[in-house]
Amino acid sequence: MGTFVQLVVDGLSAGSVYAAIALAIVLVHSATGLINFAQGGMAVLSVYIAWWLTTRGVPLIVALLVSIVFSIAFGALVERYLMRRFERGDPDTAVVVTIGLLTLITGVAGWLWTYNNQQFPSLFSLDTVSFLGVSVSQRSLGTTAVIIVVMAALQGLFLGTKLGLALRAVANNPESAAFSGLPVGRLLMVGWGLAAALGAVAGALVAPQLTLTPGMLDNALVYALAAVILGGLTSPVGVVVAAWLIGVLENLAAVYVPFIGYDLKVAVPFILIFVVLLVRPQGLFGRKTVVRV
Amino acid sequence: MTLLELEDLTASYGPVQVLDGVSLSVPDNGAVGILGANGAGKTTTLRAISGTVRTGGRIVFDGRDIRGLRPDQVAALGIAHVPEGRGTLGDLTVRDNLRVGAYLRRDRKGIAEDIDFCLELFPNLADRITSNASALSGGEQQMLAVARAIMSKPRLLLLDEASLGLAPSTAKNVYDAIRHLRLTLGIAMVVVEQNANLAFTLVDSATVLETGRSVLTGTSAELKGMDEIRRAYLGG
Ligand SMILES: Nc1ncnc2c1ncn2[C@@H]1O[C@H](COP(=O)(O)OP(=O)(O)OP(=O)(O)O)[C@@H](O)[C@H]1O
Ligand SMILES: [Mg+2]
Repeated sequence: MGTFVQLVVDGLSAGSVYAAIALAIVLVHSATGLINFAQGGMAVLSVYIAWWLTTRGVPLIVALLVSIVFSIAFGALVERYLMRRFERGDPDTAVVVTIGLLTLITGVAGWLWTYNNQQFPSLFSLDTVSFLGVSVSQRSLGTTAVIIVVMAALQGLFLGTKLGLALRAVANNPESAAFSGLPVGRLLMVGWGLAAALGAVAGALVAPQLTLTPGMLDNALVYALAAVILGGLTSPVGVVVAAWLIGVLENLAAVYVPFIGYDLKVAVPFILIFVVLLVRPQGLFGRKTVVRV
Repeated sequence: MTLLELEDLTASYGPVQVLDGVSLSVPDNGAVGILGANGAGKTTTLRAISGTVRTGGRIVFDGRDIRGLRPDQVAALGIAHVPEGRGTLGDLTVRDNLRVGAYLRRDRKGIAEDIDFCLELFPNLADRITSNASALSGGEQQMLAVARAIMSKPRLLLLDEASLGLAPSTAKNVYDAIRHLRLTLGIAMVVVEQNANLAFTLVDSATVLETGRSVLTGTSAELKGMDEIRRAYLGG
């Protein structure tokens, strides 16, 4: 029983990281109709910035804040000077551009900081807290808690603020939104900036465990995309629940289903996607919509 | 006083020039129609005014040349465009569509009052206030498109085929509401309409476009009296 709960809690914590990247992807998709495959790469870049600052003696929390501010600016600039050229054109081209961006960022990070694993300090300690006879690391709890707060904040932003209303309007129909005076270009930059900040948070949460490399979030990106499809592109809550489900099932399957083990556990989300999409093509929580990818 | 003046307007989509000398003058509180066959350039003329197509010539609004401004900058000057095909935000609720219409305004209380005003004007919308716009009927979407434009408190309304796809009685309702807006709020209008009979219930004057060029301009009474106009646009 103890192992089981332990596996579930660790799964939730890993799932939370997929969730944050998945939320970033949903945010960009809902603002521009595109899937940004560079979302993980952009996040890794900002974790490197934070890491570099800590090696220069900057306190971790300050380094993280600086890296988040950097991400917002970087996301906005990527939208303005790279994606803007492709947004009105063929969506397939734009998606390929994001894949190219991922490759470019990975290469630049490797060139600047090598491909060696770097230790990244953690915000939360590895000490465990026990309740009901089960001990859980503070890191797992902290990671999960941060994501719950971020998810609630996003839901609040989209449904409760004028900025959220404007982002939804631009996502729905940019030209028509402009007729009501919405500054479409600036709102797209805001959407990309917020998404990049989310990615930075996810990267910083997972870096202590995975150790920092240019390809650190490549796997997480795959899981995040799985969560996006499972949860439905239109539902932030659905995406987070799907990401948790993936994290937990992946952990449990590795231990309890003999032939899966740790080598095959990456297949778990895809089996899950296959089964869910057979039953509900719009995802677990999504509304029916046409996905452009 | 003239509110909007188009002088020798040209416009092109990429290399293809589709407007070649459109002239039009809208007085304060006036309503001017644009008539013309399919493909004559009526929609493009409205798009030129709202900044969604590349243009040449002069577009003078309230004494200022606004050619080359972005669509959101044009909207900020008080020009609301109800595009062909309505342009409602389908994934947003009716109420959110109206709130988007009021995006540039800061007066919370006034916005709430104007939402109530729109719902009184179009009672069908009041029943659907929390539905997504995509779930509305064509007529209701057209009403929503007009209501959303009104929420910005425009000085000039650009209206593109508001009767398109509507049953005759619904089209008449929509035009009655628009005429009411014109009379009570004094909003000036440029009205593109295939159904010229309907257009003439609203506009004081009109210009006729042929392949991107103004070929004839006159008051409603003058135009209705012309044989070629009757034959081409009024069904006999
Ligand atoms: N996005 C576009 N790209 C290229 N050409 C276009 C585009 N939109 C319109 N055109 C062309 O410009 C010309 C004028 O089109 P416009 O839509 O202004 O006509 P219209 O008078 O509104 O016609 P309708 O009554 O059918 O709505 C047409 O020849 C049309 O084919
Ligand atoms: Mg047209």
